[in-house]
Amino acid sequence: MTAFMTWLENQLAENSIFTLQTLSYYGDGLTTTVQLVFLSLVIGLIAAVPLAIGRGSKHGWIKWPIFVYTYVFRGTPLLIQLYLIYYGVVFVDGIQETWLWVILEKPFVPALIAFTLNTAAYTTEIFRGAIKSTSKGEIEAARAYGMSPRQTMRRIIIPSAFRRALPAYGNEVIFMLHASAIASVVTIMDLTGAARFVYARYYAPFEAFLFVAAIYLCLTFTILYFFRYLEKKLLAHLQPQTS
Amino acid sequence: MKKLLSVSLLGLAIAASAAQAQEDQIRIGVDVPYEPMEYRTPDGELTGFDIDLGNALCERIGVECEWVVQGWDGIIPGLMARKYDAIMSSMTINDDRREQVLFSDPYITPPSAWFAPEGTDIDATNEESLAGMTIGVQRGTLQDNYVTDMYGDVADINRYSTADDMVLDMESERLDILFLDYPVGKSTLLDSEEGDYVVVGEMLTEPKEYFGDGFGIAFRQRDEALAEQFNEALAEVQEDGTYDEIYNRYFGGEE
Repeated sequence: MTAFMTWLENQLAENSIFTLQTLSYYGDGLTTTVQLVFLSLVIGLIAAVPLAIGRGSKHGWIKWPIFVYTYVFRGTPLLIQLYLIYYGVVFVDGIQETWLWVILEKPFVPALIAFTLNTAAYTTEIFRGAIKSTSKGEIEAARAYGMSPRQTMRRIIIPSAFRRALPAYGNEVIFMLHASAIASVVTIMDLTGAARFVYARYYAPFEAFLFVAAIYLCLTFTILYFFRYLEKKLLAHLQPQTS
Repeated sequence: MKKLLSVSLLGLAIAASAAQAQEDQIRIGVDVPYEPMEYRTPDGELTGFDIDLGNALCERIGVECEWVVQGWDGIIPGLMARKYDAIMSSMTINDDRREQVLFSDPYITPPSAWFAPEGTDIDATNEESLAGMTIGVQRGTLQDNYVTDMYGDVADINRYSTADDMVLDMESERLDILFLDYPVGKSTLLDSEEGDYVVVGEMLTEPKEYFGDGFGIAFRQRDEALAEQFNEALAEVQEDGTYDEIYNRYFGGEE
């Protein structure tokens, strides 16, 4: 490791912008971005499954609030949502004295809340579409076997809907990664924040942003590869037969 | 032949008038708000020390100033990309920037100062007292560079795109202390929120490698003639009292 660091230091000796210092900013930024995106996607995914089922409910008091939620969060820019949650909350009188302030004081949690609510709204709609497009034959067959609606949902509809939603959800994950670039407006030093810092300090827009674009590309590639693998495994039954 | 001649004459005239229009106008980049150096009045007019002084200088040179609003972290690249011909936006002259741009003579030399809420525990500004604190700075400013190098390892640094966002987070108690140009902090924190904020520790103008040589107008390296014109105009307004009048308008009753 030390040998690597000295090697790196020698490699960078001629470079005035990419020093160990700035590379460590990019490194910390990468960690922050991955944490932020990963956490919001996991929480959003867990929340989206019941929401998507509720969205298709027969009961208006379940269906409509969920519709309003997804409509609002898909109908407004993520940047605005982030501003409202980070700067907006401080206008609530006395919020600094409540326990809420402990989590809202630092920018990470407000950003996480905004991203989670946003991705949960999109994911809900992706799943709802997939649930709705379950073929009638499958459901009728389940009924014929004597499954209750609950069992049908759990054994038949959800597994097949999840598979069908996979490609669309992969897109949502990539969009989320790119949307996370706005976290730097609320002082989070994510990847884009690191790039803006280097840009402002060395007046080098090309170097700073090209480098960070390359990192985003690598991240996107990882996500693509992961979803390609998942699709191959889970959607194997849709592939043409080879023997 | 005659037609060709008149067409080409017309073309020449248009080209000449276009060149003329550029000569009469100088576009100056500025980042607002940075009260009282540059900010907007409630009805949206640009105003402030830099704006008034800049207009006075343009008048002296015999050109018209057109102010172009540009975010701070892109203000030097904007100059390079010819979005404007000069920057007059509380920009401190220092060696890092000298490599990029050509500076006029300094036109004002304000110190940087630390601001904290009244009743703060921070009584001095050193590594011990700032350890674990959250410090606010505007991204890409010399205060950012200074704080990053001096306290980056011990304190949290929040970097903001505008001074407004920073003051908002100070008021909402997200920041323990912030570091910015003294006139700006005085105007936005000391004067407008009377008694709620105090200056902590000493005001800084040293070391020069961070705090530079005062505020200057920045030009592209090759525009030496333009910079020279501004230097002459600056000397004139300082001579005849116009400068003092503008200075008193914004910093009157101080020092």
